[in-house]
Amino acid sequence: MTLRTDLDSDTSADVVADLPEDADQWTAKLRHAAVEALPPERLMPDRQPAYVASWIYVFGVLTLASLAVVIVTGTVLAVFGPTWWHVSSEGLFVNSLHLWSVEVFFFTMIVHLWGKFFMAAWRGRRRATWITGVVSFVVSVGAAFTGYLSQQNFDSQWISTQAKDGINSTGAGAIFNVTNFGQMLMWHIMLLPLVVVMLVGVHVLLVRRRGVVPPFAPPDRVVREEEPTGLRETAAPVEQR
Amino acid sequence: MTSSAETANHRHGRHFNPDRDVEEWHGRYYPYDLVKEFLIALVVVVLLVVVLAVVFSSPDEKPVTVKSWSTSNPIDFAQTAITELDGTSPVATYGPPYNTTAGSSQSIGPFSPESWLGVHHPIDTANDFVLAPLRTLPSQPKVEAAVAKYTSAPTDQQAKWTAAYEKSIASPKVSFIAGTLTVPTGSYGPVRTIIGSLTSMARSGALDGALLSSRQFYGTDYTKPLLFIADGTYLADLAQNQHLSGDQWGMMNETGNYPGQAWLWLYTFWYQVPPMNSSSNGDLQVWAIMMVLTLGLALLPFIPGLRSIPRWSRVYRLIWRQHYGELGGKQSSG
Amino acid sequence: MGASFASLINMNGPGHYIHWGIIQISVANLVLIGVMVLVFIAAILIPYRRHGDGDR
Repeated sequence: MTLRTDLDSDTSADVVADLPEDADQWTAKLRHAAVEALPPERLMPDRQPAYVASWIYVFGVLTLASLAVVIVTGTVLAVFGPTWWHVSSEGLFVNSLHLWSVEVFFFTMIVHLWGKFFMAAWRGRRRATWITGVVSFVVSVGAAFTGYLSQQNFDSQWISTQAKDGINSTGAGAIFNVTNFGQMLMWHIMLLPLVVVMLVGVHVLLVRRRGVVPPFAPPDRVVREEEPTGLRETAAPVEQR
Repeated sequence: MTSSAETANHRHGRHFNPDRDVEEWHGRYYPYDLVKEFLIALVVVVLLVVVLAVVFSSPDEKPVTVKSWSTSNPIDFAQTAITELDGTSPVATYGPPYNTTAGSSQSIGPFSPESWLGVHHPIDTANDFVLAPLRTLPSQPKVEAAVAKYTSAPTDQQAKWTAAYEKSIASPKVSFIAGTLTVPTGSYGPVRTIIGSLTSMARSGALDGALLSSRQFYGTDYTKPLLFIADGTYLADLAQNQHLSGDQWGMMNETGNYPGQAWLWLYTFWYQVPPMNSSSNGDLQVWAIMMVLTLGLALLPFIPGLRSIPRWSRVYRLIWRQHYGELGGKQSSG
Repeated sequence: MGASFASLINMNGPGHYIHWGIIQISVANLVLIGVMVLVFIAAILIPYRRHGDGDR
């Protein structure tokens, strides 16, 4: 089919519809891969398997919500600059919101970790989900650390002069200078939040891609590969991979 | 219908491993509103955080300055300053990344990344902490003369002066009266004037500024004043009172009664036990242990035995008891 | 405005610590960790009812 070139009387929809798809394009290939991995019903499902029935399952989303509050409160602190919270009571209040949202963030993240551990949530090709989760935790500890270093008070003086010994022993002190406030602040408000958000984004997309991990087989059953595993009553949203 | 797990197992010729594989779910689904769940979670967290902030606020202990240190404890300041001048202070003998000092780098066997990376933040304590700041003082002919006499003297003469002063300043007879350090008589050459005027400079606040802006007007790198302060005992005493010292599990703690960084519990634990608690390579040893453990946590899905703990512990029976109950009901009625 | 942002409970006094063998832990951290364990246990034990859950 030839490309139409006379556009005078055509709507853009007609022009698009008449163009055959160029499946060799990188754009088309990427789009196909993305839609295949995460079709809309899997990206934003409106149903979950029946076994998702425990309060332990809310701790992932609570961690996400805490991260959102950490970022928003941190943004307010960034708007007014690093001195604001030392000299204004409104600033001290926002700093308190930021500090406590970080405590809630780690609280919910670790309860989430405990839950996922006891569910062995890495099963069924979910190892990348587990690994991105652990790495998110480690990077979050680093992000919190640079936050404590950015306080410009007695606490950050003590933390920096103590932590330098551990970090220097690994050689990382050559680049990562914890007594350099300017550097630590930039790591804290830009570099590490970007990495945390990217890691958490991949982690959540992986959860959507594979679905919530199914339970262990009941202890009194022996699992055989050909054995049917349950009733097929309600259609799955999308064929699980 | 062949599930992908079964296909994968057949492809790799592996048996089903309950700690690695799952049976695909072909059971019921229920409506579950993820967006609403997130928004509810957000409201809950915001409310919780607001309540915590209103009830507890957050800590903000004022920082120590060279001025506040030398005003509170001028003798400790002078005792620290002489070790910076004669190169025996912790910073002066630290090694990389601040300076080269033989045998100062931490190592585990031949593994010594500290020495491999080398000096990147050079600090010469005699010059950077003592002599250069004194040279910035205007119209101080006695101080200028003392600095000139010291720097033009041969190193063994310098060492004699500083050793004598360092011994005397540790004596209980040292006093600080009416803004003046009084040290027992001895052969200190220009060192008495150097340390005395540095102490006055510190108490005036001028040393804080000189250490920070030694290279440029807009300083954001507090390495020099921080390292100088940390060489003294004033900062460490304040930290000890707040339970922040390394041997007090201080890494986990916060000033006052606030919760700290409880997630650092395992990192600080290793500093409390031998050999790390007394080894000069303790920092590197602790980091090595923590890196191995962190790698182990990340790669847990690949570690036989450890990855079986969830199944053996049977906590999952509580988590999924509703599911097992439904299965049991269907099996008995089916 | 300033008064409304002062805390209701002053946490800036000397910290309270518990010593148990080689373990030294602040009351604040201990409470935090204790609550985490309790919340985890509660999350597993408290029944989860689905919205509009009738017979299954």
